[in-house]
Amino acid sequence: MNIRIVESKLSRDDAIFTFEHAPGEPWMHEIKAGQIVRIVDLGGNQAVDTLFFNARKPEERYSLTETMLAQGNIYLGVGTQIMSSEARPMLTIVADTCGRHDTVGGGACSQEGNSVRYGLEKRFMHCCRDNFMLGIGTWGRGMEKRDVVSNINFFMNVPVYADGKLRFEDGISGPGKYVELRAEMDILILISNCPQLNNPANGYNPTPIEYLVWDPAPSGS
Amino acid sequence: MSGTLTFAHLPALAKASVPDHSTAYSPELSLWRETMPGGYHWSGLLRRGNSLRMTCGGDDANVSALFFNHEDRNERYNMPDTLKQQETAYLREGLVCYSDMGRVLCSIAKSSCPWHDTMGGMSNATVAASKYGVHRYQEHRNAMYRNAYDGFLTQLGKWGMGKRDIVANVNFFSKIFVDPDGAFKFVRGNSKKGDFIDLRFEMNTIVVLSTCQHRLDPNPDYAPVAVELECWRSGTAGKDDPCRLGLPENGRGFIQTERYFL
Repeated sequence: MNIRIVESKLSRDDAIFTFEHAPGEPWMHEIKAGQIVRIVDLGGNQAVDTLFFNARKPEERYSLTETMLAQGNIYLGVGTQIMSSEARPMLTIVADTCGRHDTVGGGACSQEGNSVRYGLEKRFMHCCRDNFMLGIGTWGRGMEKRDVVSNINFFMNVPVYADGKLRFEDGISGPGKYVELRAEMDILILISNCPQLNNPANGYNPTPIEYLVWDPAPSGS
Repeated sequence: MSGTLTFAHLPALAKASVPDHSTAYSPELSLWRETMPGGYHWSGLLRRGNSLRMTCGGDDANVSALFFNHEDRNERYNMPDTLKQQETAYLREGLVCYSDMGRVLCSIAKSSCPWHDTMGGMSNATVAASKYGVHRYQEHRNAMYRNAYDGFLTQLGKWGMGKRDIVANVNFFSKIFVDPDGAFKFVRGNSKKGDFIDLRFEMNTIVVLSTCQHRLDPNPDYAPVAVELECWRSGTAGKDDPCRLGLPENGRGFIQTERYFL
């Protein structure tokens, strides 16, 4: 299964920023190169649909194929370098108590996709793509739909099998599990705390997540 | 999982917009032909109701591809949506390519090749230079080495698009699978000379292609394979089409697609 658990040495008391993100809402935030962000799955099995942009030029953004190709593996975990559309490292996963995260299933649920997947009458349910649209629409600064690409689903379990089958399976996360990333460039984060109720992505009960940000440790420490 | 609303529930006029049967290939339906050399890039508009037949000019061909709705280029091929809707990590005959708007850009009406890769991305200048070295135009003229990323940018620019429009692509005729640890494994011999695929366009689609080698192709030599393109008048998927009937999800995808043209 290729699961690797690495706990963080960072103390909550030293965090410079914390935020609790309710399910079903968008969130955007900038972090600086060298800062570390922790994403905490407070309730367990909560899909965190995440996109990263170069904060200086958002046309450079997360690329799932470049990220998978850089490590030759489809699952994200400790040591994964999150790669940009221009094949440059954006962030590095430095701690992880969940063990595996999805990107192949990173379509971010949408009204249109839910209609196809679950039934035409499922159009009018809240979804991640609506959160992404509301997020960038509120943020402005020239961001458009074309900037919203396929994303990472932290804490989600979408295995691919050798015969080419792909499945949404019950999560391997749990309450309090977290993933921690160090920014390798100034990063704009766009997250939808997933409202999906039609599959096990959120254990059929979307719950809040928490973010903590730390400044880089002083050199020599 | 399946919803309750199906094709059978549609109003008569909506049903009437769909042909009873799909059309099989025959040479008199041909509209144009063109051969893409290996390593080259191409783009064009494929109208709804036309099919693009791509035929391998040699073994181990690769065609990297992106698709955009011609009427709204913000709508484009979406790899995870395509995979999730069909619970597959690869494409084959009977499956479809979804846009991010839950519509079928094109359907795979026929394919003699059993596996088309969706996960392996595209080559770029850095990767190509480290694998094959650099052959510049100055010394090598049109035998210069090319890569898929630069080819895509070249073609997208002609349609007023660019970097922001490059997303996860399809690699037709290539196969990679994933081992139990999640690692990519490239499979040689997935396509042979003469293998073909029919992409039937269900929407007016800007098609962007590159015949550069697959990013994970272990062949150390720069040896991209030529591919013949043939556009033929197929019509759209019929009421009896396997792409429509194979999965209830795709039945709904076709309903959403056809509604767009009513």
